Amino acid sequence: MAARKLKEVDAVIIGLGWTGGILAKELSEAGLKVVALERGKMTTTDADFQLQQVRDELRYVQRQEMMQDASRDTVTMRNTPKQDALPVRRLGSFLPGEAVGGSGLHWSGGTWRWSDNEFKVRSLYEQRYGAKFISSEMSDLRDWGITYAEMERYYDKFEYVAAVSGKAGNLKGKVQPGGNPFEGPRAREYPLPPLKSVLSSQLFAEAATKAGYHPFPRPAANASRAYTNPDGATFGGCQYCGFCQRFGCEANAKASPHITVVPAAMKSPNFELRTHSWVTQILKDPSAKRVTGVLYTNLLTGEELEQPASMVVLATFTMNNTHLMLLSGIGQPYDPATQTGVIGRNYCYETRTGANLFFEGRSFNRFISAGGTNWVIDDFNANWNFDRGPHGFVGGYIVSAGHNTNLPIGNRPVPGGTPAWGTAWKEALAKWSDSSMGITSSGGSMPHRYNYLDLDPTYKNAFNQPLLRMTFDFKENEHRMNAHAAQVVNELAKSLNATRMSSANGKPQSWTVVPYLSTHNGGGTPMGTDPKTSAVNPFLQSWDAHNLFVMGANVFPHNGAYQPTGLVGALAYRTADIIKSRYMKNPGPLVSA
Amino acid sequence: MDRDPEGRRAFLRGAVVSGAAAMTTTLPATAAAQPAAGKAAASAPAAPGYVFLSPEEGAFIEAVVDHMIPADSLTAKGTDLGLHTYIDRALASGWGKGERLYRQGPWKQGTGNQGYQLPMTPSELYRAAIPAANAACVKAYGKTFDKITPEQREAFLVGMQQGKVTLENGPPVRTFFGMLYQNVMEGMFADPIYGGNRDKAGWKLVNFPGVIATNQQNIDKFRDRKMPTNPLGIADIS
Ligand SMILES: Cc1cc2nc3c(=O)[nH]c(=O)nc-3n(C[C@H](O)[C@H](O)[C@H](O)COP(=O)(O)OP(=O)(O)OC[C@H]3O[C@@H](n4cnc5c(N)ncnc54)[C@H](O)[C@@H]3O)c2cc1C
Ligand code: SF4
Repeated sequence: MAARKLKEVDAVIIGLGWTGGILAKELSEAGLKVVALERGKMTTTDADFQLQQVRDELRYVQRQEMMQDASRDTVTMRNTPKQDALPVRRLGSFLPGEAVGGSGLHWSGGTWRWSDNEFKVRSLYEQRYGAKFISSEMSDLRDWGITYAEMERYYDKFEYVAAVSGKAGNLKGKVQPGGNPFEGPRAREYPLPPLKSVLSSQLFAEAATKAGYHPFPRPAANASRAYTNPDGATFGGCQYCGFCQRFGCEANAKASPHITVVPAAMKSPNFELRTHSWVTQILKDPSAKRVTGVLYTNLLTGEELEQPASMVVLATFTMNNTHLMLLSGIGQPYDPATQTGVIGRNYCYETRTGANLFFEGRSFNRFISAGGTNWVIDDFNANWNFDRGPHGFVGGYIVSAGHNTNLPIGNRPVPGGTPAWGTAWKEALAKWSDSSMGITSSGGSMPHRYNYLDLDPTYKNAFNQPLLRMTFDFKENEHRMNAHAAQVVNELAKSLNATRMSSANGKPQSWTVVPYLSTHNGGGTPMGTDPKTSAVNPFLQSWDAHNLFVMGANVFPHNGAYQPTGLVGALAYRTADIIKSRYMKNPGPLVSA
Repeated sequence: MDRDPEGRRAFLRGAVVSGAAAMTTTLPATAAAQPAAGKAAASAPAAPGYVFLSPEEGAFIEAVVDHMIPADSLTAKGTDLGLHTYIDRALASGWGKGERLYRQGPWKQGTGNQGYQLPMTPSELYRAAIPAANAACVKAYGKTFDKITPEQREAFLVGMQQGKVTLENGPPVRTFFGMLYQNVMEGMFADPIYGGNRDKAGWKLVNFPGVIATNQQNIDKFRDRKMPTNPLGIADIS
């Protein structure tokens, strides 16, 4: 049966998480008739995040209630192209969300300003170390086509909308005590002061200072006190409830689209939200280099509908965005054999290692924490004075400590050698679990020829469409970075003279779908200045259809050490700006190919 | 609360008795202020009896949870904490029936990095694995798991954990053991509303404060000092 065709609108937004929410608000306020199609349900704090239900670890962490339902759609994975990809049958390593608010409902809120170290990565490393420093397997490493200076006002915009609590490290070029001295210059302070620290972050900060590093509180979109953002959204002060990551916030202290940009968009008569609406395809008009709308299924009735639109904003999170591009046949799929094509290219992830420390007799009260109670050092990341030459890797890593969402089913630290059950296990748990803290590194992940996304030849989703296939493993660059990070982590850990310690592993690791690593997936529709190697231009406009804008970390050509959303949000605001200031007046390519 | 092992066993063997009516609920002071009247039954532990487990499976699970969580000065034993009930309810729940699990073939074992690849739901996995585990026990010790000595149980569980036990014509032993262990931990530390963690014994063991978590003051007040807790669960504030 042919899909029922609806009346054309000015813009259709696919997915209503962080990026969809930002575009929804900005475009409907600018006078466009906007329809947002979200596959999940509506979310409100009152209905969804109240005591008593919200503080239920089993329901939200182990049973993944707010996450994408893998039985309907998942990805297949393999480490190398030689293997058979198999479906990720239960989500594990990453956890994209599925409701109005997207992953923004249950993120931790760590919010960063990515620097020119990332945006100018190729030219910086080539200048300093010569072109040979970048291996041929990493030939997709590139400058992004944006600069920190251009992004500053959009970072600022996102931080003020999202109640980011932090301490500036560089105000208009002047380094500030207490902040991150390696960050780019910012025009003004964070909207809110940093969150309180916890004992573990304090100990870490002391050790890091002694070692000559520059610790600072992690900037986070957890309001350190009550706040009203520029759009009038009100936040409560963070309660350090300890149920932050993977949970909705009862206190409205964690910035989420459902309390900020989405209600702001809903105030506009131009905006319409349709929940339970699963987009299966973006429709295109190949001759004119345009998209014409989308095909979607109403999940409540099963009906298939066509929503024509003059403009489409794709905002369904990294993997889904790449998947929809492939399913819709927009842009040439990437082929690693010939290194041609753009969709699925530059898929990157994250490099992590960590140590665990146990201090006899100390109480960390690890259940008291927020998404941003950690302290961090950036000495091996945004610090360009850190010489990567002798260590042979591109990129960097941050090191942090401080508890964040350590709940008792999933987090049961005991020293190595403890039995896994019985009285001895219980004794160790009672003695050590709250006397323990971790120190963790999170590093970037660089593009590699054989890390990519394409359509799976075998497995299908609930709409009988091929699943997305993920081919990924950590490569030499990640191994080297990890070895260096483990050394730094272990030296810091040792300097704290813990009673017992499990060291960070610096050996090469292979990526596995269990356990959780992070939902900081990047790449797949990389941005760039060359349409041969990039899917979108630096305004996130598709090279293949000028009225298609592709949001999300999938546009990152590589992944940095920072969490992604500060940049994802800033890029979304920048796209909204250019649509309003240029594209609406004169629709067409914003950059000539 | 039914603490008498004989009586409990009688319940578990299928007697249709509602335990909930006999249970009393004491609301801690902080929660008593909240409008809780009329919902007291929700805060009582799950009624005894099995929804999913067969008698053989029940005996196996009871023996596992009592071995892993023995009675000692720290907690009562696994069955007294309701861990067997937790597992039974979990297997009967949407999760046990394969909710959120991608279940289309073809089925291949895959590499360790590719995660769970069996065609079975969790409840199907238990159903297939328990008789196979008991058969392996009979082969090694002449008796099923619930009848062997504590030393034999220890050796057998370690064997499963390390993949040294083979489940003949059954699922990969480490896959089953991994799920079993995870479920025991869930029963120990999940909210008591799910049937385990009775009296919040698991939470008390690790000083977890439960669902009330307004810590803006506590974060400074209890820096480097153990915060006294009297954990509240979902049912206490419902
Ligand atoms: C547990 C967790 C912790 C995190 N912590 C941090 C952190 O501390 N700092 C940080 O920077 N980032 C963090 N992140 C990542 C952050 O949440 C994402 O970067 C951010 O939400 C991405 O925004 P988005 O708009 O691209 O996608 P999302 O916010 O995920 O929104 C995508 C939306 O699209 C919908 N959708 C998908 N497919 C379709 C379809 N076919 N049709 C219709 N709708 C669809 C989804 O249901 C969803 O609502 C975390 C993520 C997780 C899961
Ligand atoms: S830690 Fe703070 S921001 Fe996070 S969920 Fe709890 S109250 Fe909200």
